[in-house]
Amino acid sequence: MFEPRSQRSQLRDEITSLLLRGGLIGLAAFAVALSFIVVPRLLGQIYPTAQEQTGFRGTGMLRIEFEADLAELGAVNQLPDDWMGGPIPPEPGEELAGDIYENVQVLGHLTDYNFNRLMLAITEWVGQDEGCAYCHGDTGEFASDDIYSKVVARRMIEMTWAINEDWGAHVQETGVTCYTCHRGNQVPEYIWFLPEPNSRWAGSAARYQNLARPAQNMTSNYSTSLPVDALQVYLLEDRQPVAIHGLSALDQEGISNASIYHTYQTYNLMMHFSSALGTNCTYCHNTRSLPVVEGLTPQWANAQIGRQMVLDVNNEHIVPTTEFLPAHRLGPLGDAAKVNCTTCHRGVVQPLGGQSMLPDWPELASRDPIYAVGAPE
Amino acid sequence: MAEYQNIFTQVQVRGPAEMGTMGSGAELGRVGEPFFSRFLGWIGNAQVGPIYVGSWGFISLITGTIWFVMVGINMLATVDYNFALFLQQLFWLSLEPPGPQYGLSFPPLNDGGWFLIASFFLLVAVLTWWLRCYRRARDLNMGMHVPWAFAAAIWLFLVLGLFRPILMGSWSEAVPYGIFPHLDWTTAFSLRYGNLFYNPFHALSITFLYGSVLLFAMHGATVLAISRFGGDREIEQILDRGTAYERGGLFWRWTMGFNASAEGIHRWIWWFAILTPITGGIGILLTGTVVDNWYLWAVEHRFAPEYPPMFGAGEYGTSIELPGVATGTGD
Repeated sequence: MFEPRSQRSQLRDEITSLLLRGGLIGLAAFAVALSFIVVPRLLGQIYPTAQEQTGFRGTGMLRIEFEADLAELGAVNQLPDDWMGGPIPPEPGEELAGDIYENVQVLGHLTDYNFNRLMLAITEWVGQDEGCAYCHGDTGEFASDDIYSKVVARRMIEMTWAINEDWGAHVQETGVTCYTCHRGNQVPEYIWFLPEPNSRWAGSAARYQNLARPAQNMTSNYSTSLPVDALQVYLLEDRQPVAIHGLSALDQEGISNASIYHTYQTYNLMMHFSSALGTNCTYCHNTRSLPVVEGLTPQWANAQIGRQMVLDVNNEHIVPTTEFLPAHRLGPLGDAAKVNCTTCHRGVVQPLGGQSMLPDWPELASRDPIYAVGAPE
Repeated sequence: MAEYQNIFTQVQVRGPAEMGTMGSGAELGRVGEPFFSRFLGWIGNAQVGPIYVGSWGFISLITGTIWFVMVGINMLATVDYNFALFLQQLFWLSLEPPGPQYGLSFPPLNDGGWFLIASFFLLVAVLTWWLRCYRRARDLNMGMHVPWAFAAAIWLFLVLGLFRPILMGSWSEAVPYGIFPHLDWTTAFSLRYGNLFYNPFHALSITFLYGSVLLFAMHGATVLAISRFGGDREIEQILDRGTAYERGGLFWRWTMGFNASAEGIHRWIWWFAILTPITGGIGILLTGTVVDNWYLWAVEHRFAPEYPPMFGAGEYGTSIELPGVATGTGD
């Protein structure tokens, strides 16, 4: 028979059951929390990461990479085999390539040995399976200028000198060689052409934006709807400043008049920078305020110089080769393949991980090579 | 007990369709034969229709449809009228405002002209829908709470697409009509004007937005929890407070020391909700017109902290090195 219990005992029962249940739940929660600490300790990091701090503590300026990704990048950024030994410093009065061979326009000042050593290296770095024939044809007419790739190669050797001599602020002591970009390919893998407009109906506002463009040709918008003309604007034409911000809170000076479309273009350029270097925004900026000087890292300054260098390379060295190029080397709008940050960087902060090939190739460091005393081994 | 803890409404009222007030010509605009839907009854009133269209509603529907179709055809033109590509790229496609070179002048049709024409129709559609909303509230002798709340949202809409572009002297400042494009616009807008998170009106707007969510959850939970005592009959409870609202009020007074009244909680929620777009609209209107860089503004007004100058990667130590690469120094 049902007997009403006193309120007091009812309350006691309730509290007991509450404590029991609470205790059990608490214990379970504690065990789960503990496992979050203990399990990773026992297993170690399942996908190990490496990190670096890129700015003042507490600002979230940090880069984290999977070690597996770094290993992959390390594997593809090895130097080519140095099977040719070092260069031989010229003896006084030694006969030069320009005297021995016909029509040697840019490398005539090298000795026979160093000249042929460089030719063989370029064959490996650029010629691919075609070997010497890629530039010189298979008729044995080595002096002939009939093949476009030879004419372009001259301009590219001059470009390499110009980069190493004039753009030390960006390429530092490391410098560049043909291999930095070509990596064994006749045309570097990461190049870009002028993008085709969306449609023949599109006016200026809709010509280059609002389509997801894949990363081919490197005029991508990284799956956003941003315009894809950023490379053209900033790495070829230098049409407008990259900076879009007002320089003071109220901009009384009226300095800043960048439009939203201009901002889209800058945004896309910044995504290109990050993806080319495998970094994020906080490698150069404190993102709470992208333009203020206190939030910029030294790498920001280096990127500025890098953009000027790319402008120089594209306009002074790449575009002028257009007249020599056959149709299959041109983009959809008939332009030459141009360089951007990815062409050299290929997803790492320093191309080839910062390894320099110039000590072995002084002929590419400058038009007037300086040979180390005591070489070769 | 379990009957009070359901996802769906358990009771559906069925009977002759309720036609609403009659007389004084108010019934003229009503269209559609009312019917009952069991499914809709689970989440609301089972009776569907009649709907009041009226002349303002008619204008609104027509102009809204024109805007919608105009945006769609412009999107189609972007992909050269390729319908498969249209579907594939739908979330990326957009009708864009004119470029900055046109200022407030009327640009060529394919370069922002369509955007301005479509915007005009959208403006008419939204304003006439508001008028319709206002007239229905008046005809039912209701207060103007719904029209004014809707007007708060329209304020933000007008600031974004009309007032601010005019003050900036360029239609290019308007928001594009596209799914991802309007999100890209939002990001670019914040980037361009020195980080919108330092805009105090943006901060207020977020406060009211999240506050609305919290209040709404508290109120909804309270009313559902006391519906077993008749708490879902809000009007009766407001006029003649019964045990349900006593318990609801008691719960909050016990847990946080203060409780809103059955009527006052709705004022709380209404104000939080309408202040979200009102403060947001003020923040947008000031951006670019008065303040060009919100971060620097915040530093000047001392609510953004200053940090020491940066050093950069490598200066703090790094464990990012490429395996097998000799000279990677990290910068």
